[in-house]
Amino acid sequence: MIRFENVSKIYNSHSVALKSVTFEVGPREFVSVVGRSGAGKSTLLKLLIAEEKPTGGKIFFNKQNILQMRFNQLPFLRRQIGAVFQDFKLLPNKTAYENVAFAMEVAGKSEREIKNDVSKVLDLVGLKDKAGNFPGELSGGEKQRVAIARALVHRPSVIVADEPTGNLDPINTWDIIRLLIKINELGTTVILATHDKEIINALERRVVSLENGTVVRDENPGRYILS
Amino acid sequence: MFITLGRIIKSGLINFWRNGWLSTATVLIMTVALITWTSVFLSNVVLTSVLDVLAEKVDISVYFNLDAKEPDILALKSKLESLNEVANVKYVSMNQALEIFKNRHKGDDVLLKSIQELDNNPLEASLNILAKDSAQYAVVASFLNQDQYKNIISKVNYTENKIVIDRLNNIIRVLRESGLAAGLVLAFIAFLVAFNTVRLAIYSSREEITVMKLVGASNWFVRGPFIVEGILHGVIASAISFMVIIPGVGFLGPKLFNFLPEINLMNYIGNNFWPLLLFQTLGGIVLGVFSSWVAIRQYLKV
Repeated sequence: MIRFENVSKIYNSHSVALKSVTFEVGPREFVSVVGRSGAGKSTLLKLLIAEEKPTGGKIFFNKQNILQMRFNQLPFLRRQIGAVFQDFKLLPNKTAYENVAFAMEVAGKSEREIKNDVSKVLDLVGLKDKAGNFPGELSGGEKQRVAIARALVHRPSVIVADEPTGNLDPINTWDIIRLLIKINELGTTVILATHDKEIINALERRVVSLENGTVVRDENPGRYILS
Repeated sequence: MFITLGRIIKSGLINFWRNGWLSTATVLIMTVALITWTSVFLSNVVLTSVLDVLAEKVDISVYFNLDAKEPDILALKSKLESLNEVANVKYVSMNQALEIFKNRHKGDDVLLKSIQELDNNPLEASLNILAKDSAQYAVVASFLNQDQYKNIISKVNYTENKIVIDRLNNIIRVLRESGLAAGLVLAFIAFLVAFNTVRLAIYSSREEITVMKLVGASNWFVRGPFIVEGILHGVIASAISFMVIIPGVGFLGPKLFNFLPEINLMNYIGNNFWPLLLFQTLGGIVLGVFSSWVAIRQYLKV
């Protein structure tokens, strides 16, 4: 489903984010990408949603090389991938409902569909009663749940989550992880980038370990082991 | 297509409302820019009228010998009128000249009596020539200098006034050019200020723009609401600046009228109300849309 083939990302000679990374993610998998800060986890996810371009290699999504996509095709790629970020990246001038609805509006969905699906997804993440609140009125955990609802609402085949619990306390962290597990059980592929040892060890799923921009370990089920 | 357009417009309106302070600041700066533009334009109208009035005051007069025959003078008049450079020729006969003289010196008994003492009218008939452009008097003067007219013309006052006319021409030219240049510079500064305000407003939304793109929005879906906001800024700024300019002209117009009766700004605005409003609104919209369009471009490259 997703395949990284000899992917490198070199910012300059002193800053090499990824070196010849190759791995594959199948449908319905739950893969954690682990590594220290600066190991290349975020870069890997940014390359998948075409936020950045690799220096070398190929990236396939559903057998299509995303590097060969034209600029105006990128929105269609991004509508198939739901992205969740450490800093939430919500639109501050839109309410929780509008933030989630935005992901459906960009795809040209009808108002009726939007109303129906957004309510359901907000219910799923437990925020039905906060639908009218702006991000500034929500706690960190609530913001991240809105972000997950937004990533989920257009039924993407993959959700990529870049350190989604990095800014949250332990209780909220486990709420978010349980939500991701639930989403995965409902059939969506999840790629989770994190450096939280406790989470990785508790998950008992596939773990891809990155060190200095290269894959040093790829085990299923894996554990958090870094030298 | 229509759903998307509707969403873009709705989103633009909501953003305008929710970004209250930023919208107000942008509208005010654009208002200042539009007021500057219109003021520059109106000042140019005033300056042009003043200079036209001034230019009309410059004419040359040809005086004829006392024995010159009226048909000869009228023949010269019609020849002069056929010249391209000439705007208007006015004939003052000997009798009219005498009337003018008498009127002018009504209170001066000595002068009036002395003129009555004379058997003949001593005043010469004349032609007052107004050229289309004050720089063209030299051509008219050289036309009058031809041999065939020498025996009927007693004098042409161009040669006497040449220095004054040339100097006035220079002043008029310099004023026209510097007025235009100062206006253009001022208008450009006003444009830069408004443009940079919009750029700063969009700069503050750069992260939102990236987020929208990462969620799968097309460039148009992101750009559209900003363009709608730009149009709104322009229209509102135009309305406010008109509400400032009309009373402003109402206040300054009569003062200017006392000073220069040839220029009636209120009438000018009254006669050109709709074109002025249209151009100002279009100016506001173009300013808003252009600034948003250019400012947002660099953030859409995600």
